[in-house]
Amino acid sequence: MSRIAARFKALAAQGRGALIPYLEAYDPDRETSLELFRAMPAAGADLIEVGMPFSDPSADGPVIQAAALRGLKAGATLVGVLDMVAEFRKGDDATPVILMGYVNPVESYGYERFCKDAAAAGVDGLILVDLPPEEGAVIAAPAQAAGLDIIRLVAPTTPDARLEYVLGHASGFVYYVSIVGITGTRSASAHDLAGAIPRIRAATDLPIAIGFGVRTPEQAAQAASIADGAVVASALLATLAQTLDEQGRATPQTLPRVLEQIRGLAQAVRAAGQLPE
Amino acid sequence: MANPIEHGGAAAQSNSFRQQPDEHGHFGGRYGGRFVAETLMPLILELNEAYEAAKADPAFHKELAYYQTDYIGRPSPLWFARRMTEAFGGAKIYLKREELNHTGSHKLNNVMGQILLARRMGRTRIVAETGAGQHGVATATVCALFGMKCVIYMGATDVERQKPNVFRMRLLGAEVVPVTAGAGTLKDAMNEAMRDWVANVADTYMLIGTVAGPHPYPAMVRDFQSVIGEETKAQMQAAEGRLPDVVVAAIGGGSNAMGIFYPFLDDVSVRLIGVEAAGHGLDSGKTAASIERGRPGVLHGNRTYLLQNADGQIDEAHSISAGLDYPGVGPEHSWLNDIGRAEYVGATDTEALEAFQLCTKLEGIIPALESAHAVAYAAKIAPTLSRDTLLVVNLSGRGDKDIFTVAEHLGVTL
Repeated sequence: MSRIAARFKALAAQGRGALIPYLEAYDPDRETSLELFRAMPAAGADLIEVGMPFSDPSADGPVIQAAALRGLKAGATLVGVLDMVAEFRKGDDATPVILMGYVNPVESYGYERFCKDAAAAGVDGLILVDLPPEEGAVIAAPAQAAGLDIIRLVAPTTPDARLEYVLGHASGFVYYVSIVGITGTRSASAHDLAGAIPRIRAATDLPIAIGFGVRTPEQAAQAASIADGAVVASALLATLAQTLDEQGRATPQTLPRVLEQIRGLAQAVRAAGQLPE
Repeated sequence: MANPIEHGGAAAQSNSFRQQPDEHGHFGGRYGGRFVAETLMPLILELNEAYEAAKADPAFHKELAYYQTDYIGRPSPLWFARRMTEAFGGAKIYLKREELNHTGSHKLNNVMGQILLARRMGRTRIVAETGAGQHGVATATVCALFGMKCVIYMGATDVERQKPNVFRMRLLGAEVVPVTAGAGTLKDAMNEAMRDWVANVADTYMLIGTVAGPHPYPAMVRDFQSVIGEETKAQMQAAEGRLPDVVVAAIGGGSNAMGIFYPFLDDVSVRLIGVEAAGHGLDSGKTAASIERGRPGVLHGNRTYLLQNADGQIDEAHSISAGLDYPGVGPEHSWLNDIGRAEYVGATDTEALEAFQLCTKLEGIIPALESAHAVAYAAKIAPTLSRDTLLVVNLSGRGDKDIFTVAEHLGVTL
């Protein structure tokens, strides 16, 4: 069983959903982001999403854009990101790691080589924001051969017929983009989510994580209990950004503040448990 | 529809270069496509259906023809440039006068087609990206004409160097949003317009200004711009009784070039030359020549030639002309390059500036700096061609907007 499947199964047995925090690789520098990465499981991360910085993140809001630019400025490359995952894996063989990013750096690296190297580094799944299933043939076979899950995004605007098509090309879990918009700008109401998740459940047996617009412990708890997990990205990156000095460098506040926030989110997710179906 | 299995040599199947893209939006099986986030995918598919329906509806074409004639002022003349021909001392130079269109460039051809489509789709709010501001002005113009809400994203750097167009757009009732991300140029404006569209799907139509973006934009914009080539063909027939031998057009995203090339694609005797902005020089590192100095990759919804580093990060483009300052190019050009049906060359900032002045003095026509790149390359090859060679330059826009930039480069204070 893959790390992703095993983790969701174990959490379901505990009767709760997953907290999935996001970090942008090399933000604000390699060492700090690696340290944050390594400390996340102890702070309560059940799965971890690692952003691969890209120069033109057109589906992301200002917070993730800024984080990606900081990462690039600090010298992030795909080789460097994979190396970070390999470092992380030396101390943690259980927490699933999902890489999230845009397709061009991966195409430039070479799909087959990338999937092989990512799996070898200890990556479990990939989210390529701008690679819809229509264009997904380039990565489907190499990912499968390497044992990597291809995690698909679905949105409130995804019609039923399309939902079936998209989920037919998904593995690992389903990432539900809970709002119509870019990352970190709006939030969905509990009412919206309660209406949306059964529609997706009906179309797949995969676990469902809710992302885009999950910011507070309350929202995370709600999302993780309505679905199977909550992804928190912009809210954490915004905290990280606040702790940087005027040159954009990490300060002694950086790690403690972000980790404290993750602990708060994890507590709420654990307390909420899973709503009965 | 072309067979999607058929890769590369389109001619092998049908002997036509005019059958692309396939139903997936791929040119030659490789370029183009639909590389967008899932949030946009349903919109792209809906747009494709709406466009296919409009394309098959005679009423749509009739409506478009009405606005082309009575509002844009088409057809634009094909002007025999006598003094330029004499000065160059070779090929016979004709200028396709797209700068005479309403709003001063070829941009309105596409914008008019898309705004009519947006109306058919029931959209009430338009978002668009702009570089030099020509597409933004054209979009703001039709929004004024039809009473629609208009938001234009423009790189902050471009807002600064294209002030007259920013003022024009605001006069026309558009909201102009300066984009400070990245270098504050066209690619950043494109990112921001896409973000707006994702967030406002219910009422908003994204009006892309060039033959790039996710399918169906590259094909749709080409179709709306093809009126340029259709007219040129008929006008040259009337003037000279035959087809031109060479067609030269400037390329940023490549819509004016695609518009004049497309009707000639199957007339293989016609040399098609796209002139990219070489900036400080093709090998200077400060260039916008995506085909000549880039390699294929994925950006803004399509696979095409891109200026990018070894790690697949997109480079900033450079050109004196804001309209050519883009690190990508339309995917159909990438395909035409690979199969050798069109040639792609470069003209530098300096060459464009010289051509700008030359065209102004010899023909009394102030060309846009974008179009001046095409004039520059025509000036280079014309003397090497025989006097019976017919060479058409697509004069895609007028240069009034550029006089401040040109003055600055010539050391003149206005």
